[in-house]
Amino acid sequence: MLHSHRRSVLQVSLFITCYNDTLFPETGKAVVKVLERLGHTVDFPAGQTCCGQMHWNTGYQAEALPLVGRFVAQFRHAEAVVVPSSSCVAMMRDHYPKMAEEIGDRKLIAEVQELLPRVYEFSEFLTKRLGLKDVGAYYPHRVTYHASCHGLRNLGLGDGPLNLLRSVKGIDLVEIESPEQCCGFGGTFAVKNADVSSAMLAEKTTAVLNTGAEACTACDNSCLMHIQGALHRQRTGVRTVHLAEVLAGGEEAGL
Amino acid sequence: MATEVGSIDSSAARTEVLRRIRAANKGAAEGARASQQWSQIPRNYLRAPSLSREQILDLLEDRLRDYDANVARAAEAEVAATVARMLAGRGLRKIVIPQGLDASWLPPGFDFVVDDGASSAELDGFEGILTASTCAIALTGSVVLQNVPGQGRRAISLIPDYHLCLVRVEDVVQTVPEAIARLGSSSTLPTTFFAGPSATADIEMTRIKGVHGPRFLDIILVG
Amino acid sequence: MNSSSNVLDPRTSPTFPIAARATLGDTQLRKNVRHATEVIQSKRARVVGEMPDWQELRESGRQIREHAMANLDYYLEEFERNCIRAGGQVHWARDGEEAKRIVTALVKAHASSTSPEVIKIKSMTTEEIHLNLALEAEGVRVYETDLAELIIQLGHDRPSHIVVPALHKNRQQIREIFQREMNLPDLGEKPQDLADAARKFLREKFLRVGTAVSGANFLIAETGGVCIVESEGNGRMCLTLPETLITVAGIDKVLPRYEDLEVMLQLLPRSATGERMNPYNSIWTGVHAGDGPKNFHVVLMDNARTEVLADGEGRQTLNCIRCGACQNACPVYRQTGGHAYGSVYAGPIGAILTPQLQQLHHAQTLPYASSLCGACFEVCPVKINIPEVLIHLRNKVVKQKGALNPEALAMKMAGAIFQSERRFRAAQRLGRIAETPLVRKDGSGEGWIGWLPGLLGGWTQVRDLREMPKETFRDWWEKRGSHGN
Repeated sequence: MLHSHRRSVLQVSLFITCYNDTLFPETGKAVVKVLERLGHTVDFPAGQTCCGQMHWNTGYQAEALPLVGRFVAQFRHAEAVVVPSSSCVAMMRDHYPKMAEEIGDRKLIAEVQELLPRVYEFSEFLTKRLGLKDVGAYYPHRVTYHASCHGLRNLGLGDGPLNLLRSVKGIDLVEIESPEQCCGFGGTFAVKNADVSSAMLAEKTTAVLNTGAEACTACDNSCLMHIQGALHRQRTGVRTVHLAEVLAGGEEAGL
Repeated sequence: MATEVGSIDSSAARTEVLRRIRAANKGAAEGARASQQWSQIPRNYLRAPSLSREQILDLLEDRLRDYDANVARAAEAEVAATVARMLAGRGLRKIVIPQGLDASWLPPGFDFVVDDGASSAELDGFEGILTASTCAIALTGSVVLQNVPGQGRRAISLIPDYHLCLVRVEDVVQTVPEAIARLGSSSTLPTTFFAGPSATADIEMTRIKGVHGPRFLDIILVG
Repeated sequence: MNSSSNVLDPRTSPTFPIAARATLGDTQLRKNVRHATEVIQSKRARVVGEMPDWQELRESGRQIREHAMANLDYYLEEFERNCIRAGGQVHWARDGEEAKRIVTALVKAHASSTSPEVIKIKSMTTEEIHLNLALEAEGVRVYETDLAELIIQLGHDRPSHIVVPALHKNRQQIREIFQREMNLPDLGEKPQDLADAARKFLREKFLRVGTAVSGANFLIAETGGVCIVESEGNGRMCLTLPETLITVAGIDKVLPRYEDLEVMLQLLPRSATGERMNPYNSIWTGVHAGDGPKNFHVVLMDNARTEVLADGEGRQTLNCIRCGACQNACPVYRQTGGHAYGSVYAGPIGAILTPQLQQLHHAQTLPYASSLCGACFEVCPVKINIPEVLIHLRNKVVKQKGALNPEALAMKMAGAIFQSERRFRAAQRLGRIAETPLVRKDGSGEGWIGWLPGLLGGWTQVRDLREMPKETFRDWWEKRGSHGN
């Protein structure tokens, strides 16, 4: 039943990301569950912390630079690095090469270039690296999908996440209006421009509620934390759930 | 107090702005190098036609109709009769024409006046303008006029409310690059592209016709 | 007509968060902006979708503009030479003040000295420098002839979009303005009625006023020609009928060769108004006997564009061809409209151009007026990487602000935490302890925070925050480690 095209067992190193580690450990557990269900082994370099996106995007580039070397040091020997956060992968793919240039360390520049092709956002690891759509998931709930901006535009995830969702047994997948419209999180934007962020969020939550879904899913807990924050504040009863957790769903899945 | 135009001397500003540009670009640009770099700019967009001649003419007609222009086709010998029909259909008589317009195109029974430097107010008294054209672009439904015999100065195809424009089928191209290539040898002439009658989308984004410029446009495809 | 408080001036505009708060409260504005941007976006999507070579056009467009900037001095001199040879006169201005002095002097030299008037074509460059105010201060009557600009002028308002400056107004609002200012009490409500009213009102001016002021879409170096792209025909009127034409152009408007128009005239209309071609393009070179103005002047203006050019990462901003597609695509602009940006350049391009033109002395909040979603970059016809420039400008703002403000100190601390596993884990534990007094259980027994203090307070304005789980992922992983895999 697993339409896996894998030829071998992969040793997958998990980069959990700073905020998932702290706020959404369930997502990490789900990633591990899915990968192990598919027959791969997972390791977790303990020294990992953060990719530097918050600092870099907010303008604190000096504080972000040291994190490039740290990431490389943690993962340089990984066969594949999987990251359940498309914005973090976008950060690394879009900016690490020139950050390494700015640091000016020739070895680091080469290592970044060598490592990045082995770094994957979680859904693209499944769809592009492993060539899968069906990962053996069961999630009997009404779900709608929000296309996080970095995954959509920077990583070009395309229909990958939707294909994974469509293959989930028992799922009632409903399309949201304007899935590509930004939810308004934007990192520190959510706090520095809270009013506008809220206005953008209002449109997104309205769209979610209009689908009648029990849960909204996405590839990024940053978006989901923001959307969930409003859904909870308004006592809608609608929840958010990371894509990995939907895919980890087995017969015992509940919300 | 009127200021002498001659007292405006921007040579100091000129020197300074050029200096700033060269500082910003870390050096002065140089013609031969610029020319060489320009030639190396990749141009992988469509620059040649992909449709047949008939398809190109059909497309042009289609686009013009989209803009609410009437389009008629006429062989060379039928042009005058077609002009007559279109003017009569609009109930128009007093038409200004540019110098050098093919006389065989003019049917009897209408008041054609050759433009001889009429004032704007005088031009406003004409009901319409009849001209030839330089080329037309099928993909965009554009027609191009230049200041040459048969097309005239820009004001005459601007002020009257109706423009009847003749386009020769051999002057119709499919793409914008083909049109620009044709215009290259006369690139310094006053040139006007028009795509449909005057329009605006400034009120709630609905395209409304006819703010300034001719509100009514008819095309005769000749050949 | 315009009072000085009624122009958008980045030197005095409120910060973006403050200005946005005000415009967010205007439901009429938000409805109009949403409607307008949705319409243009869908039109754009349709006509761009028709083009199998759209990406190739974008790449050529990007390289043409980049090349023009890299050789800007050469092309400006070439343009000047060719324009003068064709009978035009070329003036240079280091900044907006100088440009205004030149234009004012030219107007007074050519227009009637008793009651000088000019008709104007929409030009964001002239709005940037507040030209109308300067002319009016010298007793010159200025008539905007672009319908949107007319609406703005008669309504004592300010432009909110590069291409459709009155996009924030609906037909009822426009009708009220026309009724009042054109003295047309029985004016109909349909857009056609409004367009007809504008036509009548302006026509007598076109046929009478002898001096016109315009901007320029493109200056063609190879020929000395100027290209103006428009919809209504007011451009053609102003460019053709008066005796004197004064064109004000930023030095960034240069295109190397006539042939480059084949790219720009495809990219611009499809991106700006979602049309295959806009109704009218005019190209003229200097002066042509018997056709158009006898006197033609071009004012080439810098006004800090060379500063932008000098910034290696910011200079791609100058490649902009003023299509406004980024504004239409921007989810922030969609909520706030253009005025919140405090500058004639609003939306994503405004967020990068305005601060740079102000050399970061002003408009420092604009680079933060973005969630970095990238929708702008996706639609930019010349591929300006707006998110990248935003981040670059944020870095410049941070450096400017120095290390001794609360945000910088917090960021420095966070940076130090991320550089050490031990400190990171300690911070996680500390966070859990610190938040405890703020946590309340909800109906399903989950812990949530409804209020956060200080810098983080913006979060809890409209959002709850779930309490930190008792166990982090790495805590769980370590426990599980003993069971192995």
